[in-house]
Amino acid sequence: MEGWDSTTKSTLTQIPLLSVKAGPRDGAAWTQRLKEEYKALIAYTSMNKAKDNDWFRISAANPEGTRWTGKCWYIHNLLKYEFDLQFDIPVTYPATAPELELPQLDGKTQKMYRGGKICLTVHFKPLWAKNCPRFGIAHALCLGLAPWLAAEIPILVDSGMIKHKDDASSSNES
Amino acid sequence: MEGELKELLSDIKTLKNSLPDRSQYALIENGQGSVQKSGGFVKNFIVKCSIQDMNAEVVDSNPYSRLMALQKMGIVDNYERIREFSVAIVGIGGVGSVATEVLTRCGIGHLLLYDYDTVELANMNRLFFRPKQAGLTKTDAAVQTLSDINPDVVLESYTLNITTVRGFETFMSSLRNKSFCSSKDGCGVDLVLSCVDNYEARMVVNQACNELNQTWMESGVSENAVSGHIQLLIPGKTACFACAPPLVVASGIDAHTLKREGVCAASLPTTMTTRWELLPGLLVQNTLKYLLKFGHVTPYLGYNALKDYFPTMEMKPNPQCSNSACLERQKEYALAKPARDAAAKAKMEAEAPSETKCLHEDNEWNIRFSAGGYHPRASKCR
Repeated sequence: MEGWDSTTKSTLTQIPLLSVKAGPRDGAAWTQRLKEEYKALIAYTSMNKAKDNDWFRISAANPEGTRWTGKCWYIHNLLKYEFDLQFDIPVTYPATAPELELPQLDGKTQKMYRGGKICLTVHFKPLWAKNCPRFGIAHALCLGLAPWLAAEIPILVDSGMIKHKDDASSSNES
Repeated sequence: MEGELKELLSDIKTLKNSLPDRSQYALIENGQGSVQKSGGFVKNFIVKCSIQDMNAEVVDSNPYSRLMALQKMGIVDNYERIREFSVAIVGIGGVGSVATEVLTRCGIGHLLLYDYDTVELANMNRLFFRPKQAGLTKTDAAVQTLSDINPDVVLESYTLNITTVRGFETFMSSLRNKSFCSSKDGCGVDLVLSCVDNYEARMVVNQACNELNQTWMESGVSENAVSGHIQLLIPGKTACFACAPPLVVASGIDAHTLKREGVCAASLPTTMTTRWELLPGLLVQNTLKYLLKFGHVTPYLGYNALKDYFPTMEMKPNPQCSNSACLERQKEYALAKPARDAAAKAKMEAEAPSETKCLHEDNEWNIRFSAGGYHPRASKCR
């Protein structure tokens, strides 16, 4: 796991792994998978709270569990920046990871595809593939979103592309 | 109508020249100007109308004359069959849009287009889309352009993301739909072309084609835009896209193969020459060979622009492929082998006797062919 910082690595190893290899089209097996996803997410969130680093909230936006929405936060220079988070579970999940989206930042950074999909590091995909189906949504957030926020938000704030919601400005992002 | 206007113009000229009184000339010249303008207007309205049958007549007004020539030259049997074919193109970007245009100009019967992106000025370094189409969805812009080029082609477009559950369902049902040509067996399309720019979408197309037992071709351009490839995938017979994914990892693998191809604005260098123009050409050429059954359909053709290197290869399926639909197709393909071998044998036997058919009934000058031993091709009549 070269290329990851040690905090990410240690956090990752503590998130429970999943076992059911099922995608959204696999009926009952998908329901099993969803249960495992929730378990891992709850465990990851508790870990974060314990470390005083509770940085996201997500929940399924539909009963099938194929669309998820929520929020994520990043603290920079003692200010907390909040962003909407959303993603779909692709049909080829878990072979392919979900494409995490921060729609409010669409167009503000080059490290993003159309619609606000975050651009992941070159290390993400090999690791995901190697660990399929053991990695799930919690792992994608830990390995994908968290490092992205850590890398991009400071740049965006310092360059003025995003402003804290308390700064009175017509074009602010919360 | 153009002809009539021309006649009118020449009549006015004659009239003008016959007038002794020059004072009316200005009025007449005005009239001439108006008629000329109308003529130009009318010319722009000459729209290509749909045709009933493809004809091979070599005249200026026949859009298919140069294509039918392929048949006349013996390269293709029955070129007009192209009107029966249905091709789905996933991804209407740099490669996909050009592929749709080439197929349209070739007179393909039916095209299904899939993309969820919009045209932007950043796309203008590639062919096909025009600056004034910026803001339209790529599918709408494509339909606009293609229907103008050739109204004979039936166009179906879908502005959706095939990787989502709903998008995938629509994708699958559109491929299965046989309303264009109900006599097809299997799917409603003859070929699927994947011209997408990311691994996830390719995996989805792979999944769909494996499930539907649909032959498809995949194309790709490297992120540094100096190399590209096309690949033919026949479920069960050739490797599927998941059989040997670029992600088969030993630690320390070069991760370049995993990067998204040409989408991340950050890592995309200024894409210069090559690939966008060449690759769709290679893709459509392989498509036409596959559909019209001429030449050799390549299982894989790569292109390295820096060295002008075109590697080819064949990839067999992986018996431990992670895709279960692929494994099923492999099983079916293996089971069907005896039937295939019998059919191939029968075909060979049917072709053999015609080689000893006598070419000439008489041999007036008693010309003989003498070879070392019995030669099946040497007709006794020659």
